[in-house]
Amino acid sequence: MENLIGLLVLAPLLGAGVLLCGGRRLDRTGHWIGTLLAAASFVIGVVLFADLLGRPADDRELGTTVFSWVPVGGFRADVGFQLDQLSMTFVLLITGVGSLIHLYSVGYMEHDERRRRFFGYLNLFLAAMLLLVLADNYLLLYVGWEGVGLASYLLIGFWQHKPSAATAAKKAFLVNRVGDMGLSIAVMLMFTTFGTFAFGPVLEHADQAGEGKLTAIGLMLLLAACGKSAQVPLQSWLGDAMEGPTPVSALIHAATMVTAGVYLIVRSGAIFDAAPDAQTAVVTVGAVTLLFGAIVGCAKDDIKKALAGSTMSQIGYMILAAGLGPIGYVFAIMHLVTHGFFKAGLFLGAGSVMHGMNDEVDMRRYGGLRTYMPVTFVTFGLGYLAIIGFPGLSGFFSKDKIIEAAFARGGTEGWILGGAALLGAAITAYYMTRVMLLTFFGEKRWQPDADGKLPHPHESPRTMTIPMIVLAFGSVFAGGLFSLNDAFLKWLEPVTGHAEGDSPLTATQVTAATMVVLVVGVALAWAQYGRRPVPVTAPPGGLLVRAARRDLLQDDFNHVVLVRGGEHLTRSLVYVDHTLVDGVVNGTAASVGGLSGRMRRLQNGFARSYAVSMFGGAAVLIAATLLMRAV
Amino acid sequence: MNPANYLYLAALLFTIGAAGVLIRRNAIVIFMCVELMLNACNLAFVTFSRLHGNLDGQIIAFFTMVVAAAEVVIGLAIIVTIFRSRHSASVDDASLLKL
Repeated sequence: MENLIGLLVLAPLLGAGVLLCGGRRLDRTGHWIGTLLAAASFVIGVVLFADLLGRPADDRELGTTVFSWVPVGGFRADVGFQLDQLSMTFVLLITGVGSLIHLYSVGYMEHDERRRRFFGYLNLFLAAMLLLVLADNYLLLYVGWEGVGLASYLLIGFWQHKPSAATAAKKAFLVNRVGDMGLSIAVMLMFTTFGTFAFGPVLEHADQAGEGKLTAIGLMLLLAACGKSAQVPLQSWLGDAMEGPTPVSALIHAATMVTAGVYLIVRSGAIFDAAPDAQTAVVTVGAVTLLFGAIVGCAKDDIKKALAGSTMSQIGYMILAAGLGPIGYVFAIMHLVTHGFFKAGLFLGAGSVMHGMNDEVDMRRYGGLRTYMPVTFVTFGLGYLAIIGFPGLSGFFSKDKIIEAAFARGGTEGWILGGAALLGAAITAYYMTRVMLLTFFGEKRWQPDADGKLPHPHESPRTMTIPMIVLAFGSVFAGGLFSLNDAFLKWLEPVTGHAEGDSPLTATQVTAATMVVLVVGVALAWAQYGRRPVPVTAPPGGLLVRAARRDLLQDDFNHVVLVRGGEHLTRSLVYVDHTLVDGVVNGTAASVGGLSGRMRRLQNGFARSYAVSMFGGAAVLIAATLLMRAV
Repeated sequence: MNPANYLYLAALLFTIGAAGVLIRRNAIVIFMCVELMLNACNLAFVTFSRLHGNLDGQIIAFFTMVVAAAEVVIGLAIIVTIFRSRHSASVDDASLLKL
């Protein structure tokens, strides 16, 4: 069984190698090779899952060391895999959703001449992501972490002929780099503190290290999570990342890669549990981001960017839950999985809509699509109901639990976090209803595209609808299934632990409050977008709306603080370089030059002046000798 | 006779020679002055040899003469060549290692 874990990573890696090195002769079959290998990985995942399920709850961990990577003296870094319940959950999500999105891409990318390369990158992403969640030490996790960053960069910039896509890819890469710095510093700190990177020893002995060190490690891990999971303050790249093809947005920037930060925090739970300050930072980031993303999502007219804001907000929920400690770990992962289903489904739906509308992304130019794209409408609608937390659907179970856990933190903090989470739920209901109404309801506001052709919306091919249907099933049933007898809780508890907080509100009260805000959000959106016709060009809007359209000024902030600041810093450094460093160097050269100019004058070629120096020198020598004698 | 007188004479001759080397421009005269200095040295050597009662100084004087003879041969050859090319024996004119 242990050997299968390596195969899990190897299958997509092989696919990436074959597709990227295979050349044009694979153009006609490449996409199926990629899809097949992704599916193979999923099948292996299911086999392993069945094996784990067959074991007693406390023995569900497989580990294998493939080879010793860097064995130098006292330093050991191994390529080793660890498959426990947490990794298994991720493996199934990644390979499952990944395979579906591979299938979807077969249809979506049909007319793209670089489709083979696209599938190669997708497989590369799967391999890196699986490496990330299966690694049994932080160093190998870092390799996977960088790998998914690379794949994300390549896929965001896949349509590299568009300058906007190339810029977006660069932006994502640069912002992620800041986070990656955090992870690398955290790994180094771990090595100096614990002498190893392996999860086992580090997490076991976490509480024995000083709290200051643990707080430092925790904050660095949080920085890493902020970068990868698009959390405030490193959130600015996610909106631009929507330049990539829609399947990429669904797989990488909604379902899997952006949740790597949540995985990192939950996996390092022992460190955060022993560093309350770091935990406070985590919940703050989570709470701020869940509101930030939701507000941005309300103002965007680009359907993918609205969904990106929503992704940011939902991951904010997960980070918030992960920061709550053992009360929240399980629910963070549960929301992560259900979000993986419904958000991937929503993105695929958005892709399907764009496919039918000549790649138009402005929701104000959609409208009335429900009769033209029935499958897309139904699957998107189910995803919509799931994300706003409609009772009985996936999002209801997972989000409700997070809000409950937030209140259970206790004290004023609990009220603030719970209130933020509730407010977030209301805004979620608002902006998702807005997306739904603008896209599928109301009158047709279709506009001719650049070539003057009016769109002819049509249902997408079967390769695209099947994944959407499967994901819609997940969006509907996953949450209920997980909550049945607390199945998910019992499954993950051995890894993450679980604690009940003392909530000031009962579960019923929280649910009731959630329902109230849900209805308020939906009603507000309906009052604004359902009752009266929607203008095709966006109204100017108030100050907040305009700020939200500009992503709450995140880019402006980065520009003023980081870019300008950086420019000033480099300019002053250049000045110092030119005056001080160059001054010393040039000054030395000039003084040596001047001195040699003087010396040169002595060499005038006149034999008699040489004779004078000779006599002078001899006289000095004799005088010196005599003086020495005399003394 | 007091041997110190020989030494005074040697010092006088050496000084005359040195002054000549420094002051005169004509290469031949400078050359003669150099010879004068050499012979002043010889005189001093011989005097010391006499004073100390051994032959070392006299032997060195012979060496000096031999070397001086060789030097004269080469030196005069150079001076003649320079005079031929420049029509002047002034050392100040030959301040460059080229024409």
